Amino acid sequence: MKSYIPPQFTVERDDRRCNMCRICVEECSFGVHYYDEKRKTMRAREERCVGCHRCSTFCPTRALTIRTHPAEFRPNANWRPEFILDIKKQAETGGIVLTGMGCDKPYRIYWDHLVLNASQVTNPSIDPLREPMELRTYLGARPSRFELTEGNWPVGCGEMDGTHTLHGTDGVHRIGADDARETSGFDVSPDGASPAPPPVRVEVPILLAAMSFGAVSFQVHRALMQAAQEVGTLCNTGEGGWPAELRGFGRHVIVQCASGRFGVDADYLNEAAIVEIKIGQGAKPGIGGHLPGEKVTEAVAKTRMIPPGTDALSPAPQHDIYSIEDLATLIYALKEATNYEKPVAVKIAAVHNAAAIASGIVRAGADIVVLDGFRGGTGAAPKIIRDNVGIPIELALASADARLRAEGIRHKASIIASGGFRNSADVLKAIALGADAVYIGTASLIAMGCTLCQQCYTGKCAWGIAASDPKLAERLDPEVAARRVVNLINGWSLEMKEMLGGMGINAIESLRGNRLHLRGIGLEDWELEVLGVRGAGT
Amino acid sequence: MSLRTSWIDRTDRIDRTNSADRTDRTDRTDWTGRTGWTGRTDCSGRTAGAGDSHAEGGRQGGRGAERARRAFMNESGTLTVDAQGLSSRELNYLLRACALDRVCGEISVKNVAGQRYIGTNLRRSLNLEIYGTPGSDLGAFMDGPRITVFGNAQDCVGNTMTSGEIVVHGRAGDVVAMSMRGGAIFVRDDVGSRCAIHMKEYGDRKPLVVIGGTAHDFLGEYMAGGTVIMLGLGLAPGEGHRACFIGTGMHGGRIFVRGSIEAHQLGREVEVVDPDSRDQETIMCAVERFCTLFGTDFAEIANSRFLKLHPRSHRPYGRFYAARDSGG
Repeated sequence: MKSYIPPQFTVERDDRRCNMCRICVEECSFGVHYYDEKRKTMRAREERCVGCHRCSTFCPTRALTIRTHPAEFRPNANWRPEFILDIKKQAETGGIVLTGMGCDKPYRIYWDHLVLNASQVTNPSIDPLREPMELRTYLGARPSRFELTEGNWPVGCGEMDGTHTLHGTDGVHRIGADDARETSGFDVSPDGASPAPPPVRVEVPILLAAMSFGAVSFQVHRALMQAAQEVGTLCNTGEGGWPAELRGFGRHVIVQCASGRFGVDADYLNEAAIVEIKIGQGAKPGIGGHLPGEKVTEAVAKTRMIPPGTDALSPAPQHDIYSIEDLATLIYALKEATNYEKPVAVKIAAVHNAAAIASGIVRAGADIVVLDGFRGGTGAAPKIIRDNVGIPIELALASADARLRAEGIRHKASIIASGGFRNSADVLKAIALGADAVYIGTASLIAMGCTLCQQCYTGKCAWGIAASDPKLAERLDPEVAARRVVNLINGWSLEMKEMLGGMGINAIESLRGNRLHLRGIGLEDWELEVLGVRGAGT
Repeated sequence: MSLRTSWIDRTDRIDRTNSADRTDRTDRTDWTGRTGWTGRTDCSGRTAGAGDSHAEGGRQGGRGAERARRAFMNESGTLTVDAQGLSSRELNYLLRACALDRVCGEISVKNVAGQRYIGTNLRRSLNLEIYGTPGSDLGAFMDGPRITVFGNAQDCVGNTMTSGEIVVHGRAGDVVAMSMRGGAIFVRDDVGSRCAIHMKEYGDRKPLVVIGGTAHDFLGEYMAGGTVIMLGLGLAPGEGHRACFIGTGMHGGRIFVRGSIEAHQLGREVEVVDPDSRDQETIMCAVERFCTLFGTDFAEIANSRFLKLHPRSHRPYGRFYAARDSGG
């Protein structure tokens, strides 16, 4: 069948610059460039170009420019080119249109309508260059109240270093002489109630989001874990298991227990810092995942504990969880399996009832709630779902935080926001809206080279990121990629400290849920109400 | 699925922070109370000092005191634990404390009534006998022990189990062997719905589930590996299995069924064939074990005909998506 799908990009080659070195032929994994032996010239199959800019970046003479194809359909506000193309694609295949990365539709991005405050005259701003600024964050349940008892305190007991100051058990934290003998806490409170595990410390409130081995390459996994270790934060394995070679990063790893339970065993759970139950993902709320059999290589199969070459199917629901009560059962099963030593997180996609669900999650015993907004990325999702299901993280975060506060249970769990954070201001705004920390996935991939061409699901990623082909995966040097991610987080940290200092705040804890530091611009009343912020100028 | 203990646990947790309430619970404070820290006697009669407690469990005050009260070792070396009135967490904590004592190879637990997660955190080979009804998630994430239940089991038996064996002298609830990836489960009678859902195998880790009776709907849904054998022993002559949607989404593993199944009961991804000689060997081996465990007549089962259900494809959804070869 002849394809009626027109090219999306045009390849402009400056023949005066091109020396026919054919690096572009090597670099393009989609087979766009080729050398025409007959005409002794370089040519391009433009219909294959995805606009990833790998060729133009690596062209030694800068002879290549990739542009959006100038050919246009007759303008039509209803039948926009995207819909015409999708229809043609489906008419030729009869399948679901897949895509990668997060929703790219022009829904309102609330970060762009929120502005941060700064100190002027009435309270002094702080200069982070000469004063310590605190970005350190603790993730996990907090005790309901503190009790201080009198007595001889041993050396170190009074230091607020986090190893024991936040050690809640039955919801009450007691600091005093009695604790001297076991300052690291105790497992079972006197009445046998379930204790909260010690919170996990991160040096910056920026965590690396779940991207499974199989969806991204081993090299990417390693780079992310290494970066997390270097900056003192956490990296999420995603649901595809945790390669044996990377177990050494355990203290900086969050492991996922998702509907497919790939690679989940007692070691997997016990070697990580946090266990996360994945209920949903912002890019594809309500559906599972299908890692196609051709991506299940020997290494992926071993890590996921399934035979090579079979589809790795993650069912849409977890079939042992059909209710909040069932969720509680799994949360406590994981706590039993980890001897109540690790916080258990529950990740949901931001959907209409996210706030009520978050409340249920906290009441079910989770120590961390993860909300993933609809601009969160994915390795593969039906385009129709990515672009039409779910709500923005800004609204879900604000309403969930408000709900937990109203119910008096906000301290029982940390909130991690996720889904499309583009810069350090987005992160700070999220923290002011109530997040304890954020996950960044797409931003960390962009740091490694990703150009958001949205072809992750094809397995042909020319940048070697969403690659299962070892030849493509080798394009990414984990050391270099880790350095780029570390640099990114360090850069954002510096910016966050500058902005915090400007607000007259020297610890990120003071900004957490502090919506008075936000104002809305160009927002309707209902939006301001959901966000819990006032309009600018008021 | 059962709603029983989770919310009660949480409510208890809140109530118990109330100190007035705590004074009524003096019977509890003696075993986990941090005041009774020194000089406790454990089940084997040895005095457990702080060193013992810290050795593997760590930080657990008063463990030995409760062990002394709850656990009793007989002359043959079997440890008997009384689960009466203990919460899931308390019982598992106690079992873990006992299991960490390497002397003990067999634990018999009496008066079990709905306690969950039994066997979850006991990571060694150990015989555990359960008298009563264990709660949901029996052997969840289990790696090592062998559990025999003299009674019925509830939901999620062997959830994401890695290794070990669970033998149920009775029936089991829904979602038995979900995502199980190693070890074996033998259930004498029937199981509920969604048994062996997303069970998987890799290399020499091949899970096995043998059901003496029949199963409810969605047996082997999304199954990715391992073996399920359904014997249909409770069925009347001429009565077939009633489960529907068997093997929906199945893309690995095998289900052997004794007794009749109609085509409409099967998922679209499954086809029925006759077992070959290797399959027969697998079946007979498992059936022999089943008969030994439950005292069933081997000859009666061995002479019956089995059907083999296996997936039509390892890629059931391979043609689900618009391929990008056509460009764009």
